[in-house]
Amino acid sequence: MIVLSGVTKRFGTRTVLSGVDLTVGRGQVLCLIGGSGSGKSTILRCINGLERHDAGTIHVGDTLVTPASLPAIRRRVAMVFQRFNLFPHRTVLENVIEAPVHVLGEPLAAARARAMDLLARVDMADHAHSRPGALSGGQAQRVGIARALALRPEAILFDEPTSALDPERVGEVLTVMRELADDGMTMLIVTHEIGFARDVADQVAFVDQGVILEHGAPRDVLTHPREPRTARFLARVLQTPSPL
Amino acid sequence: MSEFLNDAVQFLPVLLAGLAVTLQLTACALALSLALALVWVALGRARFAPWRWIAGTIITVVRGIPIIVQLFFIYFVLPDWGLDLPPFAAGVVGLGLAYSVYQAENIRGGIAAIDRGLIEAGEALGMGRIVLWRRVILPLGLRHALPAMGNSMVMLLKDSSIASTITIAELTRAGQLLAISTFKNGSVYALIALLYLAASLPLAALVRGLERRGRMA
Repeated sequence: MIVLSGVTKRFGTRTVLSGVDLTVGRGQVLCLIGGSGSGKSTILRCINGLERHDAGTIHVGDTLVTPASLPAIRRRVAMVFQRFNLFPHRTVLENVIEAPVHVLGEPLAAARARAMDLLARVDMADHAHSRPGALSGGQAQRVGIARALALRPEAILFDEPTSALDPERVGEVLTVMRELADDGMTMLIVTHEIGFARDVADQVAFVDQGVILEHGAPRDVLTHPREPRTARFLARVLQTPSPL
Repeated sequence: MSEFLNDAVQFLPVLLAGLAVTLQLTACALALSLALALVWVALGRARFAPWRWIAGTIITVVRGIPIIVQLFFIYFVLPDWGLDLPPFAAGVVGLGLAYSVYQAENIRGGIAAIDRGLIEAGEALGMGRIVLWRRVILPLGLRHALPAMGNSMVMLLKDSSIASTITIAELTRAGQLLAISTFKNGSVYALIALLYLAASLPLAALVRGLERRGRMA
């Protein structure tokens, strides 16, 4: 479904990704873990073209990611952001129908009805007419997920979806994500939630200094890491207990 | 005081006629300034570099020349080149052009204040440039720019008095003519000042109302 091959990205003289290879099959969940500045978010941002990679290829299905193919790619691959990035001048419902109506050109009534279904799915239907500024972080992120689903994407990129949340709000977002995974959504998740990765992911990749240092099934990477760096990272992260 | 009231009753009809011209001039120049400002902002963010240079040059040149000189240029010099505008039109063009660059800078500042993540959210949702501008960049940028834009609007109202120098019978010129013919400088200029102040209040209230309506929390 999504295949990265030799993806390299430089910011000026600094190389943030060097030769990243990844394959995520349809319906699979890949969790990317690693320290801050390791390049894991940049991997997601290259897939939907928020950053332009300098070398290597990225395919979504049969489509090569290029500036020309980005509009099509972005309709098929949605994104959920660390800081939610909900449009503050629109209501929750308007945020969810924004892309269906103004990008896909769906009729307003149909888009509204579907948006209400999506909001019900993330348990936010009661807040359809609130402004994002009035929501808690967990509520805002669930709306962010509903907004991503509104495009009927084939895959969703999650860029540290719970990192900006109060600890007691993390669980409600992870629950929604787990349901999506169970429904067969293809998901690439940058996260520090090791427990979630162990339970939900099909594969885990440990990113360090712009390379995939270790990659495999969660029980291998997370419980028996081959690389000392992975082990050190996990020891640091697991000192803070996961809410799940 | 009673003398002032007598003067006021006597002068107000003339001054109110002048105020009507001032308001028309301000409204037309305001509309022109906002329309042109959006053009300068759009050119300033174009991908084709020469458009950006043109916008930058226009803003620098117009901002660097006193409005009164611009008005004289349009009213007294352009006719030599075959473009002979009537006074009111010359006033609208001069004030509209002068204020378009201030408003463009206000809007540019408002756009720069937009959280980068919101623009990325629009891009990630598949918005093209035009949809992104219409649905995200302009609505948010104008909200940020509104206080500064309102300030410039009130300044435009007051600077419309400069149009008195190209024979437009707006409030200041109507008052000048009254003062010259009656020698009642005190009463006349006090009334003019009060009328400008009175005209600025609804404009300020309008901007405050827009700010309130656009509040995002």
